[in-house]
Amino acid sequence: MTKQEALYNYVLRLGDDSLILGQRLAELCGHGPILEEDIALTNISLDLIGQATLFLDYAGALGGEKKSNDDLAFLRLEKEYVNALLLEQPNGHFGDTIMRQFLFDAFRKPLLESLQHSSEKELASIAEKALKETKYHLKHSSEWVIRLGDGTDESHDKIQGSLHTLYRYSHELFFEDESDFLLQKSKIVPELNSIKLEWEKTVKNVFEMAGIALPENDWKFEGGRQGRHSEHMGFLLTELQYMQRTYPNMEW
Amino acid sequence: MLKLINLILITSDRKHCSISFVLVGVVYTYICLVNALFMKNIDIKSLEEKFQKKIDADIKIEPNDWMPDNYRATLIRQISQHAHSEIVGMLPEGNWITRAPNLRRKAVLLAKVQDEAGHGLYLYCATETLGADREETIDDLHSGKAKYSSIFNYPTLSWADMGAIGWLVDGAAIMNQVPLCRCSYGPYARAMVRVCKEESFHQRQGFEIMTKLASGTKEQKEMAQDALNRFWWPSLMMFGPSDADSKHTDQSMKWKIKRHTNDELRQQFVDITVPQAEMIGLTIPDNDLKWNESTKSYTYGAINWDEFWQVVGGNGPCNKERVDARRKAKEDGKWVVEAAMAFANKRSAKKSA
Repeated sequence: MTKQEALYNYVLRLGDDSLILGQRLAELCGHGPILEEDIALTNISLDLIGQATLFLDYAGALGGEKKSNDDLAFLRLEKEYVNALLLEQPNGHFGDTIMRQFLFDAFRKPLLESLQHSSEKELASIAEKALKETKYHLKHSSEWVIRLGDGTDESHDKIQGSLHTLYRYSHELFFEDESDFLLQKSKIVPELNSIKLEWEKTVKNVFEMAGIALPENDWKFEGGRQGRHSEHMGFLLTELQYMQRTYPNMEW
Repeated sequence: MLKLINLILITSDRKHCSISFVLVGVVYTYICLVNALFMKNIDIKSLEEKFQKKIDADIKIEPNDWMPDNYRATLIRQISQHAHSEIVGMLPEGNWITRAPNLRRKAVLLAKVQDEAGHGLYLYCATETLGADREETIDDLHSGKAKYSSIFNYPTLSWADMGAIGWLVDGAAIMNQVPLCRCSYGPYARAMVRVCKEESFHQRQGFEIMTKLASGTKEQKEMAQDALNRFWWPSLMMFGPSDADSKHTDQSMKWKIKRHTNDELRQQFVDITVPQAEMIGLTIPDNDLKWNESTKSYTYGAINWDEFWQVVGGNGPCNKERVDARRKAKEDGKWVVEAAMAFANKRSAKKSA
């Protein structure tokens, strides 16, 4: 594997995480629990679609076939998407949406903090831009986890339930394979061990303030990074790809 | 004054309280009451005159200024309807965000729908400056008591509908809203300045989508024409009933809440939009549409007012779905709002402890 191939795989993961979570949040537009949250979630979705646009554009240039960001976003097979399973999970209730977001933001922020200093200039500059948005996303999702955890009995039980459902997907955020190792060796990307330490610190701190507990069951799912998805993914892609599949090769 | 007389009656020694004393009290009360009513009439009349003078001199009315009850009620009705229209209007476009054909269109549509939520938010704030309660006005929407723009009760069936809505619906909204920037009520006028800037951006985006489709493949052209066919007449209906049937127009014009009649604005919309359709090669679905050289404007065919009143009355293709979606969002969000309030109370209790 060449460095360029490894970088393509790596950037594709960053792009797909943003794309798939952005698509999920877009489903909520117009249906948020209160108007202010409708705006906030739509805003986060918009940021993520913007990040996907940049990452996938970069990936397209790195790939052998010179694909555009739209080709990559809309015209791959399900097994070619490499987002983490966490991000394709359905929105559920507001607590589920917030917990999914929090587990991801707490990982994404330290990762981007490190990537903004990458020796690959393009990667560093996208990371720097995305970091600004991600800091706000993490602040927003942390505050809601705490608010729901320490709100009413009902909200406490709900957000605790969300954690039970989603925690088993968080392990996969730290998935590494030969692409990572190759790039780590050249100091282009950080080792995920160091990111995981930061993630654990944030998660522990916020859950403590929220008064919710980590599940004892520590079963760990993975598969998304290797293109093996959950049953939800096919439906998500059906919507995402509808226009491009129905009307191939057209300009919009 | 009544209180004072009661006080006298109560504190006087009941045993010596003669009938004549009570009689004097009653007569005095009566005189005071008549006097007060008379004064009140004069006061209101002079206040109304002063108010109208301000309006005539184009001086803005601000939240703390005196205003007639009907002016307040008319504004609350109009601004909350406008706010509801923004919020309900998120749904037909929200319907296509997850299916937008490319990343750029997805981002632009997300940003547009987010703008609409923002418009709704500051319009609800404008109703609050008039003493209305945001949640109560929203409950009126959910119960069917409050109306919103009838156009949003039509379904969005293809990607081209995102173009048609931006071009026609936002275009018609701008016609309605530009004069509102000069509306006599300050907070509404100022909100409209910002709303109009964003709406004209949306209108250009919509027209750009239509232009792209109209110059595209056969399927894309058909999609664009079909969207125009479905949205043209409902867009004309957005300006409301014809002047002869519009019950609020006269008073609203006198108060400078409204600056043009429904038919004037509708005509302006037709005159601007028809050449745009021609420019991109789409056909307006109206066989009676003709250029009138003497009036320098288009005459257009008869509007199906039965359809308009049916849709306004709740029988449009999506009325139930739109209101149900909004009601469901509020019901599903109830536990979230309760949690946020409970949390805020706990924190302020901790602070004061």
